[in-house]
Amino acid sequence: MSNEKTTIIQPEDTDKQYNTLNLGPTHPATHGIFQNILKMDGETVMDAEQTIGYIHRAFEKLAEHRPYYQVTPLTDRLNYCSAPINNFGWYLTVEKLLGLTTSKRIDYMRVIIMELARITDHIICNSVVGVDSGALTGFTYLFQMRELVYEIYEEISGARLTTNMGRIGGFERDFSKIAYKKINEFLKKFPKVLLQFENLLMRNRIFMDRTIQVGSIAPDRALNYGFTGPNLRAAGVDFDIRVSDPYCSYQDFEFDIPVGTQGDTYDRFCVRDAEMWESLKIIKQALENIPEGKYYMDEPGIYLPPKDKVYSQMEALIWHFKIVMGEAGYPPGELYHSVEGANGELGFYLISDGGRTPYRLHFRRPCFIYYQAFPEMIKGGVLSDAILTMSSMNVIAGELDA
Amino acid sequence: MNIDYLIFKIVLIASIFGLSLLVAMYATLMERKVAAFFQDRYGPNRAGKWGLLQPLADGIKLFFKEEFVPSSADKLLYILGPSLSMFVALLTSAVIPWGTPVVIGGKQYALQVADVNVGILYIFAVVSIGVYGIMIGGWASNNKYALLGAIRASSQMISYELALGISIVTLVMTAQSLSILEIVEQQKGMHWNAFYQPLGFIIFTICAFAETNRAPFDLPECETELIGGYHTEYSSMKLGFYLFAEYINMFISGTLISALFLGGYDFPFINDMGFSQNTLAAVHFLVFFCKISFVVFVFMWIRWTLPRFRYDQLMRLGWKKLIPIACINLVITGVVVLLTQ
Repeated sequence: MSNEKTTIIQPEDTDKQYNTLNLGPTHPATHGIFQNILKMDGETVMDAEQTIGYIHRAFEKLAEHRPYYQVTPLTDRLNYCSAPINNFGWYLTVEKLLGLTTSKRIDYMRVIIMELARITDHIICNSVVGVDSGALTGFTYLFQMRELVYEIYEEISGARLTTNMGRIGGFERDFSKIAYKKINEFLKKFPKVLLQFENLLMRNRIFMDRTIQVGSIAPDRALNYGFTGPNLRAAGVDFDIRVSDPYCSYQDFEFDIPVGTQGDTYDRFCVRDAEMWESLKIIKQALENIPEGKYYMDEPGIYLPPKDKVYSQMEALIWHFKIVMGEAGYPPGELYHSVEGANGELGFYLISDGGRTPYRLHFRRPCFIYYQAFPEMIKGGVLSDAILTMSSMNVIAGELDA
Repeated sequence: MNIDYLIFKIVLIASIFGLSLLVAMYATLMERKVAAFFQDRYGPNRAGKWGLLQPLADGIKLFFKEEFVPSSADKLLYILGPSLSMFVALLTSAVIPWGTPVVIGGKQYALQVADVNVGILYIFAVVSIGVYGIMIGGWASNNKYALLGAIRASSQMISYELALGISIVTLVMTAQSLSILEIVEQQKGMHWNAFYQPLGFIIFTICAFAETNRAPFDLPECETELIGGYHTEYSSMKLGFYLFAEYINMFISGTLISALFLGGYDFPFINDMGFSQNTLAAVHFLVFFCKISFVVFVFMWIRWTLPRFRYDQLMRLGWKKLIPIACINLVITGVVVLLTQ
């Protein structure tokens, strides 16, 4: 990328007149509110400048004024396509601060939900790549499957999109029989539909022409920007936090990391597609090997005591009160914990001064990083390429602006 | 020219005019139902049985929408754009033979508004004007997305009309006539041109997609890139005119494909069944209509299945593939016609 600052309003080359096109903030293809100011020569994108902050909600500042357990709803609203991963990432961070290790059962339950969330996220991204390339039908097939996952969420946590699922130290309740039934139903139905979707698009000549060598990024450039997740793996770097730094018992599962070669839109599409199959494998293994046990950590002062004890025992009532008021007593410390979000490395940089709220909390949001590379990736392409590149990177406005 | 002839023609014109509008209206419903079928959902089903009143409801809604003209738009051209599109779309059906002649009071009346002996040329002349509606509308709304859509539309039309024209020339060479009625009559008894001119048929169909701005060639209005393309700034019935024109054009393209390549109103064994002439005309009309509906269904089928081309790929397909193939087809047809004469 050229380092000179691009001035959009007055082109440097006065002989040639460029056209300024505002792609966004409200454009059907931006899937959220963010703006790109494109410098166009006809249909060709000469330069682009991205604008962020349209839905900045100051989550990091808000988190400084909330007890730890109340930060979870904020994480929901980062990448709302895969909210449970954000929730559990936050819990894992807090548990790391507390120095707790969760039981295998909790880990496996979390893994099941996180992989379901990864599937929904990839469903959204890939079907939207289809929609933006003009093939609307695959979208409706996959979205019916997403609905099944949302019903699973609903059964487990009561919410669908912004789940606020689980608690620090476990889950609020065990998976019900219906939940297991729904997960198994999903596992049975989803592969067929995913195959249908692949048949519609993957070897389609028009789709391949539209996506291959479009919006590509070299692995070293991707690493320099700080790419992670499917977008980095599409460029050919086999980096996955689930394997390189396992959390939540991911080391127990057998799965592959799909890697692309070109780093283009087609590779991103294929990597996400392959990851859905891998996620299915992980969920199946987790369901088979899930151990019996408690769905929460019996740690006083961390996990809310059961209601009947709160009503009958003094200690339980005190702990209940302290936890709800955020006075549970978190140790001071400074730590970084990251999980493999559906979209890339989702990190939580937490500084605690021992008070009731985080002293400072920073979210490492993968979308924010991808979006920086966007102008470099679309330069020289045409407008249609820019749209497809954006949707294949899966930049979610909520996560971008936080 | 006598008075009953005049009355018949006026009735015919009115009914074809009405039919075009009705078909365009119900093509929207069909489109949505077909899309719903492909996408595993219901489609409109609230207004009337099977959503049969949905087009009416849509029309009424469009009528009562705010009539909005952007302050920076060129007012006259802004209104001229959709009017021209609609006008041109309605003109084309004049030379289509809808069936064999009917007999009323011992006199024969052709089911065709005008049997122009250069019918094909007429259609080309009229259809080519259609792009002006889009171009003028897109330019006059003074919006960059609309302008991009208009530019795309015009360059797309130019490149695809050539291939379309050449594929028609081959057809004319074998048919030795420019009259659509005669071309249809020649195909009687399953001598459909699609069998004799398969390459021309395919090229014509592809170009018809491009001419009607339908997917995979819907670049001028692709909503994911250009918001609404050339009709981004349009609202109310002006938008309705554009949408209507698109559906009428699709209907007309279906008509042309059926008439020129799929035998028009011809169907095996119909002529041997011993129908009276008027029944035969009705059956012919029905057959023709079914063929058109099938072609329109194919249009929709493709729209809801394939992704769309990119602008440069579209141009490449037009100039580097379709036109050379059409030219080769032209040469081969010329040689064959010369040898068989």
